[in-house]
Amino acid sequence: MLFEVRALTKTFGRATAVDTIAFGVERPGFIGVIGRSGAGKSTLLRMINRLTDASAGEVLFDGRDILRLRGAEKRAWQSECAMIFQQFNLVPRLDVVTNVMFGQLNKRSTLATMFNVFPRADIHRAIDILERLGIAEHAAKRAEALSGGQQQRVAIARALMQDPRMILADEPIASLDPMNAQVVMDTLRRIHDEDGRMVLCNLHTLDTARRYCDRVIGMRAGRIVFDGKPEELTTTAAREIYGADESFSESATSTAIEALETPALRAVHTAEAAV
Amino acid sequence: MAFLTASPADPRGAYMALTHRRRLYSGLLLVVFVLMFIGTFQVAESRNAGGFWNGLSQIFDFPASAVREFVERIDRFPANLVRFFPSLIETVNIAAASTLFGALMGLVLALLSTRGLALWPRMIPVFRRSMDMLRALPEIVIALVLIFIMGGGPVPAMIAIALHTAGALGKLFSEVAENADLKPVEGLASVGANWTQRMWFGVLPQVAPNFISYAMLRFEINIRASAILGFVGAGGIGFDLRNTMTWGQGRFDQAVAIFILLFLTIVVVDQISSHYRNKLAPAEH
Repeated sequence: MLFEVRALTKTFGRATAVDTIAFGVERPGFIGVIGRSGAGKSTLLRMINRLTDASAGEVLFDGRDILRLRGAEKRAWQSECAMIFQQFNLVPRLDVVTNVMFGQLNKRSTLATMFNVFPRADIHRAIDILERLGIAEHAAKRAEALSGGQQQRVAIARALMQDPRMILADEPIASLDPMNAQVVMDTLRRIHDEDGRMVLCNLHTLDTARRYCDRVIGMRAGRIVFDGKPEELTTTAAREIYGADESFSESATSTAIEALETPALRAVHTAEAAV
Repeated sequence: MAFLTASPADPRGAYMALTHRRRLYSGLLLVVFVLMFIGTFQVAESRNAGGFWNGLSQIFDFPASAVREFVERIDRFPANLVRFFPSLIETVNIAAASTLFGALMGLVLALLSTRGLALWPRMIPVFRRSMDMLRALPEIVIALVLIFIMGGGPVPAMIAIALHTAGALGKLFSEVAENADLKPVEGLASVGANWTQRMWFGVLPQVAPNFISYAMLRFEINIRASAILGFVGAGGIGFDLRNTMTWGQGRFDQAVAIFILLFLTIVVVDQISSHYRNKLAPAEH
């Protein structure tokens, strides 16, 4: 087993955010975690990256329990396990390349990084990654000057700079418009397909999960209530995950452009395509 | 809302009653304040060596004779300026060095004592109290102790002011850092950056304009502090000022020259620092 979560639990005071969940991953896949807000998806990812300490349980990667790691070993694990955030979490005042270089912080000496002394090869690699993600022309701009979708791609570039064994993405498209959401999801899928990296991605919409994931884990109130292929994700299963009643309509949760298009808009698009 | 629940039937009457009560409290407070003022003044007056009312007429004697001597020997004024300029430089040097070292110490103390950023969260109270201690000790007390140990000179003055500055700036820095956005810090934590790297890249770019602005304000204060420390033997222009003032009549023209030098320095530093602070301000958002 490449990656395994065993009886992982997190309690905040009396509230249980993640309740003895368990799942295993045999080989690197694109795994989506869905569920409504407060289901414990973020807490799960933050525990795997060690941003939040778990209350109980084990998380095994290559047979090593990463929850036991402390100090420098913990930071070394964090550098192998990249994280992408809903709000991008870049340093807004620094330029894009510097932000991407931060993916190497753990592997370089503190003093050298403090004075921005990164090896030339690293800088070239950072720009190569930006080129691959189609944002190289913004390399010298401040991160705050970029649009949300561009910032999220910078965050993905930072993650790639880490050369990670695993990529965690916490609602990567929740604060993006549909166009940018699609670009970001396509990028994530591409780095999975091309590099064979494992991606564990929190999503709150069903159609995104269906479209991009090889496997979907559904969480509700801190527990796993669904674990299977996206095809098995029927409306009944979705109602179970979201705790919704008969009135639940899938398209209401959608952020994809096709679903948002009204017939009138679609006509305009068709006309444009024809021209 | 208390007055509304007291008599819900008559909101006007209830509000007027509340107003009367507030006025009564303010009046009582004023009476207490006036009584305390009169009482303490009489205590101070009876313990005073000279007597306040007798001394009042002599307040302007010193400035008057200083100005008179200054005008009489106006021809010596340029020579006096040149003569005391080196000690002014020494005073400004003490202030600059102590601001630099104090700000660096304050920076570290501030980050260690800010919730959400601290390296050892349980040690926050320890660092806060140590900053309180540094602030509570007046510079002149630290300087006197250090001068006693190390002998007179600019180094003890510099250390004394730097320690006080570390406490004062640490407190201000910490308040700024508390409002820093934690998202970049978390982003850096997720790639495995250590504490120094998180602070350096995640916090400093956000707070640098405010920190620099506070440090420049402190530089002004420290020029005055280092001039005062000259009185207790720390060198610089304060030492000259004490000599010209205590040696009595005949030296006041030099004292005035020193005052003018100090005044001009403060004005120049204030102008430069407010220019740069204005430049930094728009970037704050």
